[in-house]
Amino acid sequence: MSTQWNDAPGGFHPASAPDFLPRRELGRLQLGRLQSVVSRAYARVALFRRRMEELDVSPADVRSLEDLARLPFTVKTDLRDTYPFGLFASPMEEIVRLHASSGTTGKPIVVAYTEADLRVWTSVMVRTFAACGLHRGDVIQNAYGYGLFTGGLGAHYGAEALGATVIPISGGNTERQLMVLQDFRVTAICCTPSYMLHLVERARDSGISFERLKVGVFGAEPWSQEMRRHIEEAAGIRAHDIYGLSEIIGPGVGIECERRDGLHLFEDHFYPEIIDPESGAVLPDGVEGELVLTTLSKEAMPMIRYRTRDITALLPERCACGRTVRRIRRIGRRSDDMLIIRGVNVFPSQIEAALLAVEGTLPHYQIVLDRVHGLDELEVQVEVTPEVFSDVIGALEVLRRRLEAAIDHVVGIRAKVTLVAPRTLARSEGKAKRVVDRRNI
Amino acid sequence: MKIRQLSLFLENRPGQLRFPCKVLGEAGIDILTMSLADTAQFGILRLVVKDWQRAKEVLEAAGVVVNVTEVLAVDVPDRPGGLASVLEAFEKAGVGVEYMYAWGERERGRHATLLFRLEDPDRAAKLLQAAGVKLVASDELFARASA
Repeated sequence: MSTQWNDAPGGFHPASAPDFLPRRELGRLQLGRLQSVVSRAYARVALFRRRMEELDVSPADVRSLEDLARLPFTVKTDLRDTYPFGLFASPMEEIVRLHASSGTTGKPIVVAYTEADLRVWTSVMVRTFAACGLHRGDVIQNAYGYGLFTGGLGAHYGAEALGATVIPISGGNTERQLMVLQDFRVTAICCTPSYMLHLVERARDSGISFERLKVGVFGAEPWSQEMRRHIEEAAGIRAHDIYGLSEIIGPGVGIECERRDGLHLFEDHFYPEIIDPESGAVLPDGVEGELVLTTLSKEAMPMIRYRTRDITALLPERCACGRTVRRIRRIGRRSDDMLIIRGVNVFPSQIEAALLAVEGTLPHYQIVLDRVHGLDELEVQVEVTPEVFSDVIGALEVLRRRLEAAIDHVVGIRAKVTLVAPRTLARSEGKAKRVVDRRNI
Repeated sequence: MKIRQLSLFLENRPGQLRFPCKVLGEAGIDILTMSLADTAQFGILRLVVKDWQRAKEVLEAAGVVVNVTEVLAVDVPDRPGGLASVLEAFEKAGVGVEYMYAWGERERGRHATLLFRLEDPDRAAKLLQAAGVKLVASDELFARASA
């Protein structure tokens, strides 16, 4: 086994041992776990059983990891259609935590954890922080939102279990973030990369330097290599990309090690496949496609072949850090129209639902995304129709505010609604261009 | 008694006011009076023309959102306190004013004419006439304009 991690103090933690398992041993572990999770899902979740029966496969057919390809996919709408508890494989007596994230319509997606699930989640977050070179003695400012969003609590318990000092500051309030960052001798920060950019800019304006800060763990939204370089240079830190999704567990599915050349997946718990998003066929390592994940140890809510819609590739080469768990390339795009705004998943269909609810018919609209001071701004331009046009200014202002309130209600983030004249929004080939993303990710 | 007024939605950017004026000009339609209300984001252009149906048609054909509303034309004594006395009658009759603007012409020393957008124009017209407020019918108003 490589000893690279010995060169970087803190690169290894006892919990990180599975990162370095010999591949054969890892494969045996994965297969055993896969067989038991498929049996559990088949026995306890009606949707999985029905889907498998339709394909005429049973848990006994899973004799190798390759057999996973014979099982049906699970998609995001399955979580919505079974809202709130339809995919749970444990009775409520065994479930100790619920989280939720936004879905494709007004209803959120609910995810559940047993005590064992929380232990797994904590352990993968310990491995995440360890891979970033953090250890006991580090002071971690956790600026991910605490609450239904998995980011805050996921990072929190992982950092505590690592033995680090956690500052549960949650998101927002930039002045206080900067004060704490400086006064509490913070060595690592967790937040979205765009918020870090904002912190860096504000710190520069206030003449604050991040003397002790050495590591940033950034995720929950796509960000470019240019953005990484900018953050690393401006803050004098090493920026790590973290990957996760609530449906699988939350943060802690994958992390860049100190090499920062792709994200290691904790594949002893989350088994990756890359598929052709059109045909569903499994693609070999190195070929770009859609990432599909199967939870190998989840109890409360197992996911069998969950289609993440994230486009990436499994890197075939072994990482120089010595970890044997495979890596995915950084994710830059998705195979669906989901937008990630301030870390929140937003579908254009949600905006449509809100506009429709207020106006009764769907007006022409355009979603304009911009990044101002490191924060995503959502503007929705709505064409005024004769049906809603009033010649009283107050009535139009009321309409605008009602549209804003409806979007806030459905999506969970504040939008600025701008009323525009008819036929001013671009249409190409008769089909409107719904999203203009000016964020330079 | 009521006058048809066209209200146009305008975005708050250069060229937005000129466009409908150009459309009406090309159709040979004369704007008798107009008023522009604005907010930070958008504006509403209100205008009165003789042939409102045709004006609406050509504007809509050009892609403008047009709303037809009814306003009342009121002759106000052209002397200090003239408008205050008329508004006092409005108040006593319990008629609320949404907005108002001036008709293009006035007979100096006799009366000025104002256009009022009122909450319930039909009810307001009855109440105001009963209160002795002089309303001007559209025929007379347009006749004055062409005189």
